[in-house]
Amino acid sequence: MDISALSESYPIASIFVKGFALILVAIIASWIFRALLVAVLPGEGAKVMRTAPLTAAFGIMIILLYAIAGIFAPWIAPYSESEVISSAFAPADENMWLGADQLGRDLYSRVIFGARNSVGIALIATSLAFFIGAMTGLIAATKGGWIDQAMARSADVIMSIPSLIFSLLLLSIFGTSMIVLILIIAVIYAPRVFRLTRAVAGDVVVMDYIEAARLRGEGLWYLIRKEILPNSKAPLIAEFGLEFCFVFLLIAGLSFLGLGIQPPTADWGSMVRENATLISFGEVTPLIPAAAISLLTVAVNFVVDWMLYRSSGLKE
Amino acid sequence: MSTENENDLLLKIRDLKIEGYSDEEWVGIVHGIDLDLHRGEVLGLIGESGAGKSTIGLAAMGFTRDGCRISGGSVQFDGMELTSKPKSELRKLRGSRIAYVAQSAAASFNPAHKLIDQHTESPVHYNIKSLSESQADAMELYEKLRLPNPKEIGFRYPHQVSGGQLQRAMTAMAMACRPDLIIFDEPTTALDVTTQIEVLAAIRDIVEQFNTAAIYITHDLAVVAQMADRIKVLLKGNEVEEADTATMLSAPKEDYTKSLWAVRSFRRPEKQRPTADSGEIPVVSVDGIDAAYGKGLKVLDDVSFDIYAGMTVAVVGESGSGKSTTARCITGLLPPSKGVIRFNGEELPPSYKKRTTDQLRQAQMIYQMADTALNPRIKICDIIGRPAQFYSGLDGAKLKTRVEELLDLIELEPAQYYNRYPPELSGGQKQRIGIARALAAEPSFIICDEVTSALDQLVAEGILRLLDRLQNTLGLAYMFITHDLATVRSIADEVVVMKEGRVVEQGPKTEMFTPPHHAYTDLLLSSVPEMDPDWLTQLLEQRGVDNIGEAAGN
Repeated sequence: MDISALSESYPIASIFVKGFALILVAIIASWIFRALLVAVLPGEGAKVMRTAPLTAAFGIMIILLYAIAGIFAPWIAPYSESEVISSAFAPADENMWLGADQLGRDLYSRVIFGARNSVGIALIATSLAFFIGAMTGLIAATKGGWIDQAMARSADVIMSIPSLIFSLLLLSIFGTSMIVLILIIAVIYAPRVFRLTRAVAGDVVVMDYIEAARLRGEGLWYLIRKEILPNSKAPLIAEFGLEFCFVFLLIAGLSFLGLGIQPPTADWGSMVRENATLISFGEVTPLIPAAAISLLTVAVNFVVDWMLYRSSGLKE
Repeated sequence: MSTENENDLLLKIRDLKIEGYSDEEWVGIVHGIDLDLHRGEVLGLIGESGAGKSTIGLAAMGFTRDGCRISGGSVQFDGMELTSKPKSELRKLRGSRIAYVAQSAAASFNPAHKLIDQHTESPVHYNIKSLSESQADAMELYEKLRLPNPKEIGFRYPHQVSGGQLQRAMTAMAMACRPDLIIFDEPTTALDVTTQIEVLAAIRDIVEQFNTAAIYITHDLAVVAQMADRIKVLLKGNEVEEADTATMLSAPKEDYTKSLWAVRSFRRPEKQRPTADSGEIPVVSVDGIDAAYGKGLKVLDDVSFDIYAGMTVAVVGESGSGKSTTARCITGLLPPSKGVIRFNGEELPPSYKKRTTDQLRQAQMIYQMADTALNPRIKICDIIGRPAQFYSGLDGAKLKTRVEELLDLIELEPAQYYNRYPPELSGGQKQRIGIARALAAEPSFIICDEVTSALDQLVAEGILRLLDRLQNTLGLAYMFITHDLATVRSIADEVVVMKEGRVVEQGPKTEMFTPPHHAYTDLLLSSVPEMDPDWLTQLLEQRGVDNIGEAAGN
């Protein structure tokens, strides 16, 4: 009995079989990918990868795939993101293997371009938030006193406003250009990074080597860059991964509400909204961009978990 | 106490091998140790760090640390084989029949629960005693261990009692189920001499009273001499030799043991102050300083002393006596509220932020914990190179030559250590790097804050010899903060004794070590354990049972 026959007679069993097969494929792919990395990477990198769990290899593999899709989108995607090539909601055929969206654009191409837009903006916004948050956090921890208090309380004020409502408010005031979007997200997320950095750096600044550097007469910038930052890197990198997911989800949420990335730019959040009507017809099309979002989130978290495990020095 | 009766044999370890996992392979830590322990007997395990003392101690409970495994041999406790017992069975033994007393009681107690609640946990859990019985028993044990207010002290939280009291409370907790075996893992290493005595006396009494067998792990020979019936010397996971305490102290067989015994022999000639009419002024002169943290209690009260070029002034006293605070005042981290600090006769600004680069360069500091004093993420060459670069403006090839010079000076091979990171070095090597960093600034005065107290005696002696050699070649002045009077005896020229933020006595070393002393100096001096196994017994007889440790000072 082949799979199609099975799916007709036992629909639920077939879902399980397919799901199981998918997981199996993912495991095998990550295993091969890890073996490949071990072979390709030089010295230290290969050693790190050899001890990495499969989930981490899977995460890295997915992130890499997304990065490739985002960077080379115009060459990978068969059509451009705004090109109308068929009728609205056309079913999948040999040209468009995911079918068309509500305006007749190729959904597959738009998913590929979405990787560039959604992920790209999330990455820029997170990096900016991290830059601002980490810098202020390090200064607050190193300087202490009233500077620290002033910064920490301002951060508390920003954090006390629910992020989605705050961003909606700011977006309606300043309009919905991409730069405004990035700045707003950076402002909303910087306080979270600030709090973490300040806590982590706070543990470092009490060490004797910082005292020794202060007594040497070193300036603030040297202390931050050479003495404190190298010792607080690990949790910050892990936090970057987590915050990236939140930022990504916030952008998708904003786009879904119509205030994020504006059409015709392809974006996974707005794609879910635009095609949402199809769900009532039993089509899975709107779920594909949603799946792309969740897959990336899962992948990033796998990698972050692994990094946290490594930096915490836990053995069992 | 020990009997050779085979029925009395409580712990029998044969050919014990333990491995640790590092860099993807199993490396041997303990290579085949045999050990016998009879009921009521105390066995001392000594050796430098990395000798496998603690690992063996834990293995006696059938336990290994994360990333370690018992790879061979047998551990038999009261006829039961522990290496093959399932974890659930082992858990029943631990706490009820085998107990463990860790080095740092402060880190081992749960700060969120009262002492007595933690004490009664295991007897109640194992259904040995009811809660009220166990509480009554705890109070009795506290009394036996000579804790103040035994009826009340258990209802305090760990941070509300002193370090020595906490260590005794932990011993009481280990006794809660009346175990057959207690493992003491360096229980007094973190304590100062006067407190150490209380803990030692208490542990010895209670072990004797209940006829408990014990393994006493330490790197302090004088301490083990007081506690153990037999001593086993370990080196890098191998047994060097074993004998009963008296034999071991008087006639060690192996060279390694002899070298351990000889450590305390380092003495250097005492230097004298330059005479008053030579016109020489002290390098550092502390003149009547008071200091307090925030608006709190005064921690320093009118402290004055002088340090001349090329001399070592040892500042001694127990913890909390203000030794380190004085150092913080001199470096400018804690500006004094009254008094002045003069450097070569010139008054220093109170806060380090106001001092010139040259003033900062002149006074350097070496820290107690080399682990926290060296940035783990910076290469050795940069740690040492930075002060040279910062103060003297050296760079490129000149800087490299200077760093190599400094590494030579501290007896570390430049080619081998230049590009390494601090976590890759041993404790003694790290401390040497700390010294090199201080020297890189070309100072005239160095504060050594308990530089040897975290090190084994052999390594510590190496550091003392190095510091002495550097002083002779570079004419440095040292302020040597320590609570170890053996160190003072070997390296100091002058001694300043501090208590509760005041200087109680000061003068040249020989004068200070000859009676008559100030009462407090006397207490400190007589509290230093000696290599005589009867020392503690005699001391306790002299001082009387209720008048030891802190109590004797009042």
